[in-house]
Amino acid sequence: MFDPRRVTLVVNGNPVDRMVDSRVHLADFLRRDLKLTGTHLGCEHGVCGACTILVDGASVRACLMLAVQADGRRIDTIESVAGDDGILHPIQEALSRRHGLQCGYCTPGVVMTLLELDRDRDGRSLSEPEIRAALSGNLCRCTGYQGIVDAALDLFGPKNIETSTQPTHGSST
Amino acid sequence: MGEASSRIGTSARRIEDAALLRGAGRFLDDIVLPDLLEATFLRSPVAHGLIRRLDVSAARALQGVHAVFTYADLRPLMTSDRMPLALPAAGLRFAVDPFVLAVDEVCYVGEPVALVVAQTRRIAEDAAALITLDLEPLPAVVDPVDALAADAPKVRRECPDNLVARTRIDYGDADAAFAQAPHVIGQQFRLSKGGGHSMEPRGVLARFDEAEDLLTVWDSTQMPHRAKAILVDALGLSERQIRVLTPDVGGGFGPKAVFHPEELAIPAAALLLRRPVKWVEDRFESFTATCGERDQVWTMQVAFTQDAKLLGIRGTLRHDHGASTPYGIALPYNAATNLIGPYVLPAYRIEIDLCMTNKTPSAPTRGAGRPQGTFVMERLLDCMARKLGLPRDEVRRRNLIAPSQMPYPIPVRQRDGSTMEYDTGDYPECQARALKAAGWTDFSARQAQALSEGRYIGLGLANYVEATGRGPFESVAIRIGPSGEIVASTGATAQGQGVKTMVAQIVADAFDVAPQAVHVVTGDTSATHAGLGAYASRQAVTAGNAAHRAARLIVEKAATAAAELLEVSRDDIEIVGGACRVKGVPEQARSLGEIARALAGTPGFALPANLPPGLSVATDYMTAGLTYTNGTHLAEVEVDPETGGVTILRYVVVHDCGRMINPMMVEGQVIGGVVHGIGATLFEWMRYDAEGQPLSVTYADYLLPTADVVPRIEIHHMESPTPLNPLGVKGAAESGTIGAPSALVSAVEDALRPFGVTITDLPVTPPALRRLMRAAAARSAA
Amino acid sequence: MKAPPFRYHAPASLSEAVSLLSNLENARVLAGGQSLMPMLNLRVAAPDHLVDLGRVSGLTGIVDEGQSIIIGAMTTQRAVERSALVARRCPLLAEAVAHVGHQQTRNRGTIGGSICHLDPGAELPVVAAALDAELRIAGPTGARRMKFRDFPEGYLTSQLAPDEILTHVAFPAIGARTGSAFLEFNRRPADFAIVSVAVQITLGASDIVTHAAIAFGGIQGAPVRFAKAEEALPGRPWSAAVGETLRRLVPELACDGDDLYPADYKRDLCGSLLVRAMTKAAARAGGRDV
Repeated sequence: MFDPRRVTLVVNGNPVDRMVDSRVHLADFLRRDLKLTGTHLGCEHGVCGACTILVDGASVRACLMLAVQADGRRIDTIESVAGDDGILHPIQEALSRRHGLQCGYCTPGVVMTLLELDRDRDGRSLSEPEIRAALSGNLCRCTGYQGIVDAALDLFGPKNIETSTQPTHGSST
Repeated sequence: MGEASSRIGTSARRIEDAALLRGAGRFLDDIVLPDLLEATFLRSPVAHGLIRRLDVSAARALQGVHAVFTYADLRPLMTSDRMPLALPAAGLRFAVDPFVLAVDEVCYVGEPVALVVAQTRRIAEDAAALITLDLEPLPAVVDPVDALAADAPKVRRECPDNLVARTRIDYGDADAAFAQAPHVIGQQFRLSKGGGHSMEPRGVLARFDEAEDLLTVWDSTQMPHRAKAILVDALGLSERQIRVLTPDVGGGFGPKAVFHPEELAIPAAALLLRRPVKWVEDRFESFTATCGERDQVWTMQVAFTQDAKLLGIRGTLRHDHGASTPYGIALPYNAATNLIGPYVLPAYRIEIDLCMTNKTPSAPTRGAGRPQGTFVMERLLDCMARKLGLPRDEVRRRNLIAPSQMPYPIPVRQRDGSTMEYDTGDYPECQARALKAAGWTDFSARQAQALSEGRYIGLGLANYVEATGRGPFESVAIRIGPSGEIVASTGATAQGQGVKTMVAQIVADAFDVAPQAVHVVTGDTSATHAGLGAYASRQAVTAGNAAHRAARLIVEKAATAAAELLEVSRDDIEIVGGACRVKGVPEQARSLGEIARALAGTPGFALPANLPPGLSVATDYMTAGLTYTNGTHLAEVEVDPETGGVTILRYVVVHDCGRMINPMMVEGQVIGGVVHGIGATLFEWMRYDAEGQPLSVTYADYLLPTADVVPRIEIHHMESPTPLNPLGVKGAAESGTIGAPSALVSAVEDALRPFGVTITDLPVTPPALRRLMRAAAARSAA
Repeated sequence: MKAPPFRYHAPASLSEAVSLLSNLENARVLAGGQSLMPMLNLRVAAPDHLVDLGRVSGLTGIVDEGQSIIIGAMTTQRAVERSALVARRCPLLAEAVAHVGHQQTRNRGTIGGSICHLDPGAELPVVAAALDAELRIAGPTGARRMKFRDFPEGYLTSQLAPDEILTHVAFPAIGARTGSAFLEFNRRPADFAIVSVAVQITLGASDIVTHAAIAFGGIQGAPVRFAKAEEALPGRPWSAAVGETLRRLVPELACDGDDLYPADYKRDLCGSLLVRAMTKAAARAGGRDV
């Protein structure tokens, strides 16, 4: 059974007008129909957070929303985050500097979560537990979260607090 | 090397990051080809049964469905009934290679039975729901100990019994050691370890190009060359007809090293349909169809002296191997050998039984059995400390191998026929540094203070070693053409470890350029003549040293050619910023592109310096033996005795993996490994019911560690370079996982010291702790 | 896995929505989708029709009606979490809603969706039980009101007829000298509760407890009011000794368990969480926040 619906929305600032089968979730619509493959599917049951995007500015699991429900909405995905000139967003830059990504599969979702966190904090500095709680909806199997947390602390943490995890070198021989 | 060698050993930014951060990575499911079809599998809903009827006609008739394949449809393409996987193993009593699709018996929930290929995955799933699969249930074998009973039902009808392999380790005279020992402690351990759970599930895409006579397979595998070899064998094609490529891979952690049935079924479907076919695993499939680790039951005894010196260890290990043998018997063997750890153990005998069960086949996940072996040893040491009334650190100190004993041989024969030998490391110093960093000596005062406030805190420690850099070899080829781009290709593969950066750093070092100037190709069977890939924390050792050698060879060739072109002697040439120039006369230089152009040859003219053509070199690094990484973990926890909840307050690692190529990436590996170990200890549990139905098949039920439940991991490094390879490096990718369960459990037990509990099983759940506390209370009341 | 096929309906009004539900076979209401979408993606739910309430007007918003705070069923959990009105007038709900899933799911998940889904581990039904919230329901024959205590039918099922829609939930506003607390135990903070407890107590002269409400989640198919304990409390001030008295009543609680979390373990949690929550609530009622 095919249940085609017309959807009109704005994705990464660009108007989109498409027909979509009503059962297609938003992540598949972005990935397949719009070729925006930066939004990843890790579990497709709403737990892993790899498919996190912003809908009208709020973080959302794209696997838990039908594409047809996005009609009239404004969607932002990872592809919109870096500048058109290719310059990375400060969040992306900090993740690289702090080794907050390894395989990179969860990374787009992490970036979108941190974008929302940055907006919600409204200039207030955040503690490490607050940052960890905010990241708890994004599963990462590689980093143990530390590089991600450190990147967020660099940007949102109390200023002038040393959060360095630089290795302490020693030598046994 | 000159000043540029400082690049090895620096925390260079990763060359992988920029694309991944933009969402511009290219993972398997991101690849779309013209005429692409999508596939799904109908899988067994029961743990054991006979297929009485498999009717796919309604599925085939659904609009949008291109094919529904059963075993009978695929068998004509195959050279044999089963997938040709078997890794050689001495103790194997019979091999149980999987079938590409079930023939007439299903042996675990999730076993593929039929393959549906359709216009979209949605339609394929609609069609799969229309397949009639009538099964006659057979008794399911779930418990690895019960399964070895004489009257146990059989996991597979064709096998003589469920004991698929039996092997042993035996050195010294364990019985004699026990006969004269003043102290003997016996303990049983039941250890469950979870899956790999890469955030990207597995996936395969295959396309047969008739014009090229080439089957191209994109596979999210850790071992593309092995995948190609199996496909060549299984499909009866020649090597030139198959190319396997790995795109960006979203994590591996072991399971992606195993060749699974889908990796053969999808290429077969592409051959039959003459259209590209893609299958991407969904998460339910990754719980039921992807190999992972499972239960081990250890029944062990330790013999020791009054002054806490180990005399011997003996016992049995029963290992739950699941329904087939996709990856030999490495897992329990690793566990058993890693038990020895950094300690002097004069006698050791363990009988290892690999038991088949009606569960998804078992294969290594990060740590690959070593966390369990380490756990048993560390738990026994804690038991000894308790019995003798000695501090836990002191019992360990008395048994640690001293640096003066290095290299330290252990009379255990390894897979490659050699004898185990620890190469370098200062184990007592490693423990001492960790104790100091974690505040071990003050802890009892802090613990007493906390207890007076009603808080139960504990500190645990664990030492371990890890055999890394498993051979036999890895390949690296470097090619530079007239464009001047440096392209390094390797048989090593990347799933997030930073392999490309690691190789680029080493190669860039030799050319005095930035790592970004080196383009690294991984996971393409057409890019190197051979290769192995990612397993056993090996790629910094194997591919790192191959890159090091290849870079030195190609720099030498470039310099020799440049000397001829610039009419100076070789010794007058230096490499600066990727160009060969005359020392002291920087304007007299040849770029790599110019040298490559000269070495590309001109019709009829001689090559410079009569060198072989091409600015290229291909080399393999062959390992000289395993190199042993070691570490000490200290964990501080608080336990809520009313709920059994455990909070990790602090985590300290002292780690020694020899020389570090990129300390930032080493730390990333260790931290990620520790958190995987935290998961295995406190959260993750792949559970099955008595009928073999998996009970934890979503991320709401199978609990991965999240950012809010893991602590900051503090890492301190020691660097004991190994003499076994020119770079002096050891592996680091699994090490973090190995020590974590032991350190955490030691800490939890320490926190609950007032209740007198002994923890023997993994994972440690809050209800399990409550149960232990109740039992201890009942014992002391009695 | 991908959702099975269905027809999608997006009514703009309540009457249109009710009429769709009355006329369609095997239809399901889609609210925030944070429980239904996983069930669809896992193919454990296969409705022929989905009726999305997302575009129905009048179902969102938080209003102070004096005695009660009225929350539209389609109000997101995130909106409730951020509402100063809820924090002031219904602190128990405010405390509980922060425990619901992750921000990414609270941004979509709704108050009404969570209450209608009745997951035993969910937080909001436990609050509704403790406060005996009033549910406002629309159906083909008009509107009706139902106390939450009459709402659950069993595991994951309510008394809502297939053509009825929960439109609003009225949570009683907190009164004077009243304190509340919500606590849960789970393995990771954002998970469904293994056991949760919502309590609210009112103190009279000399800090004597005059009224207490206690509800547990996670121990049976639907939230459970702990009447024995509620009856035992009034007439004396809260103290640690009273807490131990309550704990001794816990073995009388009917409790479902499984292999992983057996009933006796859940009872341990009930006792522990109850005493801790009551201690908090009593302090808050006495004006000492903790």
